[in-house]
Amino acid sequence: MIAFDFEYYKPTTIQEAVTLFYDLQANGKIPHYYAGGTEFISRARMHEIQVDAVIDLKGIPDCNEFQFNGNQLVIGSAVTLTTIADSNLFPLLSDVSRAIAHRTARNKITIGGNISGHLCYREALLPFLLADSEVVIAEKKGIRTTSIHKIYQNGVQLNDGEFLIQIITDGQFSNYPYWSSKKTKHSNVNYPIVSLASMKVDGKIRVALSGVCDFPFRTEQLELVLNDTSYSEQTRIQQVLNHLPGATHNDMHGSREYREFVLAQELAKLLQRSKGVS
Amino acid sequence: MKAAQENLVTLNINGLQKNLYVRNAETLLYTLRDQLGLMGAKPGCENGDCGTCTILIDGTPINSCHILTVEAVNHQITTIEGLLDQTVQNDFIKNWAIQCGYCTPGYVLNSYALIENCPDPDDAVIDEWLESNICRCTGYQEIKEAVKSMLNVRKNKNGSYY
Repeated sequence: MIAFDFEYYKPTTIQEAVTLFYDLQANGKIPHYYAGGTEFISRARMHEIQVDAVIDLKGIPDCNEFQFNGNQLVIGSAVTLTTIADSNLFPLLSDVSRAIAHRTARNKITIGGNISGHLCYREALLPFLLADSEVVIAEKKGIRTTSIHKIYQNGVQLNDGEFLIQIITDGQFSNYPYWSSKKTKHSNVNYPIVSLASMKVDGKIRVALSGVCDFPFRTEQLELVLNDTSYSEQTRIQQVLNHLPGATHNDMHGSREYREFVLAQELAKLLQRSKGVS
Repeated sequence: MKAAQENLVTLNINGLQKNLYVRNAETLLYTLRDQLGLMGAKPGCENGDCGTCTILIDGTPINSCHILTVEAVNHQITTIEGLLDQTVQNDFIKNWAIQCGYCTPGYVLNSYALIENCPDPDDAVIDEWLESNICRCTGYQEIKEAVKSMLNVRKNKNGSYY
């Protein structure tokens, strides 16, 4: 049960949603954008969040778009993980999405919610980082399109009042060889110890990780190290561990040492699998 | 749009239209149980993890603890009380897929949605669907056998139980 009350709005246009947000704020209220709502309901129930108004984005057509426009795959922020997983339009994203939570939860969790949410894992972000996707963001002045790398630098960089409308990915990234793996403490349905997504683009390995640090990441330095064949695989893996972009995550699901051990195992598998794959 | 914290809504539940006042903050689980007396959806974790509160929205399994009642307006809600296809329950009974019964409504609805949506699933697909629900009595195998039994009945009768 959620102990506090809030107003509920379901706008049908981007402009209406943004205007609502700022109008509510101007009236001294705390508004909250809402799509799948699974994280919001859990956090509200546990008194971790309190808002005065919920703005449900599921009524906005742009947020529900999911199709190729020419060679661009457009995914609306309110599209569910199940829809994405079952579609296979972007196979790596489908595989990664299928490993998040469980199917009934994925019927409600949206891609926008997963990558903009409060939880630090945001696994669905990984394929977009690898594909250098672009994001369409609603803001006070209208709409802007920017690189996913700009708004996800060690966490979500969306400003107050902004929301994610769509993620746009070049269709070529649906065709590159890829590999993903997710290791959990126990059972399939759990937060990751290490969640790894990788692609081989023009002979080079791209890799993005979740569960290792307090944020999902893909770094140029890490990829340079991984692709430097002048070093042994073991040396490269050790170099990756030495060049993580933040402190290794350390919690009840997995200690720092264990996460690094699992990461080393997964990187070794990745290097083995990538041999002979162009 | 009303700037209210409670609204009069119309819900379509098990084929019936129900008009009721609900708090915007109320989850469907509590509307079903407390306002409509539909006790089949069970409160468990209330965190979307266990599946005891599973209902169908437009034929898709959803945790009723993880959906606001106001979100369910203009959708078809099916609870265990409204599932007319008794063969699903019968297969659970025949395969001993029930012990204490607390998780059963959620499992039955999820299994029904599976056979409706995936007429020929392999083991991996069945596992993917069934891992949405937790049972602390059976060893899960009986539940999987019940689902397979339902699927076989469907196949043998050209897609129909009847």
